[in-house]
Amino acid sequence: MTTDLAIFLGLAVISTLAGISMLLSRNSIYSVLFLVLNFLAVATLYLLLNAAFIAMVQITVYAGAIMVLFLFVVMLLGPERDQLGGPFRWQLPVAVVLAVGLMIELGFVMLSRSDGLVNAVSSLGEGFGSPASVGRLLFSEYLVPFEITSILLLVAMIGAIVLTRSGSREGR
Amino acid sequence: MNIPASYVLSLSGVLFSLGILGVLIRRNAIVIFMSIELMLNSANLAFITFARMLGPSPEALRGHVMVFFIIAVAAAEVAVGLALIVTIFRNKETINVDEVNSLQG
Repeated sequence: MTTDLAIFLGLAVISTLAGISMLLSRNSIYSVLFLVLNFLAVATLYLLLNAAFIAMVQITVYAGAIMVLFLFVVMLLGPERDQLGGPFRWQLPVAVVLAVGLMIELGFVMLSRSDGLVNAVSSLGEGFGSPASVGRLLFSEYLVPFEITSILLLVAMIGAIVLTRSGSREGR
Repeated sequence: MNIPASYVLSLSGVLFSLGILGVLIRRNAIVIFMSIELMLNSANLAFITFARMLGPSPEALRGHVMVFFIIAVAAAEVAVGLALIVTIFRNKETINVDEVNSLQG
């Protein structure tokens, strides 16, 4: 077993276990923290796949900003007791069977691919995945989508403010 | 890292299935939302793996750009979605999705 494979297996186990723990923990705060762990493991995987810029964005935006927002809302709404089951008790075994079936199917399709990561790092271009290379592409070829993204974020911000504004709502 | 791309793609598939499982079995709206984030994340992992696999070609970096856009859209989605959850909680006093079943508010 090569070192690369060992590192990958370690990260895969960490991210999968963090995902499972996120699903099973009763306390929403633990779920958020397990998801942060999962994001950090995947960010390390990005780093190993020569995607330095995306790894940094993953840590700052996903594990940082977005998960803090989740944590803030969980704290705001207070601990919610969450029982599995509810009115649709038959849903749980069906969901587990379907999800495991999908997992096996996806794994079979992916593992039966014959092509691999055959390109050594030296065959990648200079600075592959660095902030400079991604940024150059982002601000030349993808400039219009980039600007549209800024409008999307503005709309989302206004939408969030309008939805949570309390004063002018009638009654409650 | 020199391992077969199929391993990383399988991990992406496993994480995606876990996300689907979370959406199906949990009743807490916030946890369902986090499962959706898990699925977006696994799709990002597949994008990065394919970009690494197509390495030397100039097209490969577009995978990274696509992941960047997905992260930006996910941020917008989280802002609006959490605002919706807070509003539902304010009206219904619960975020259990089984108890939020009436359309007239």
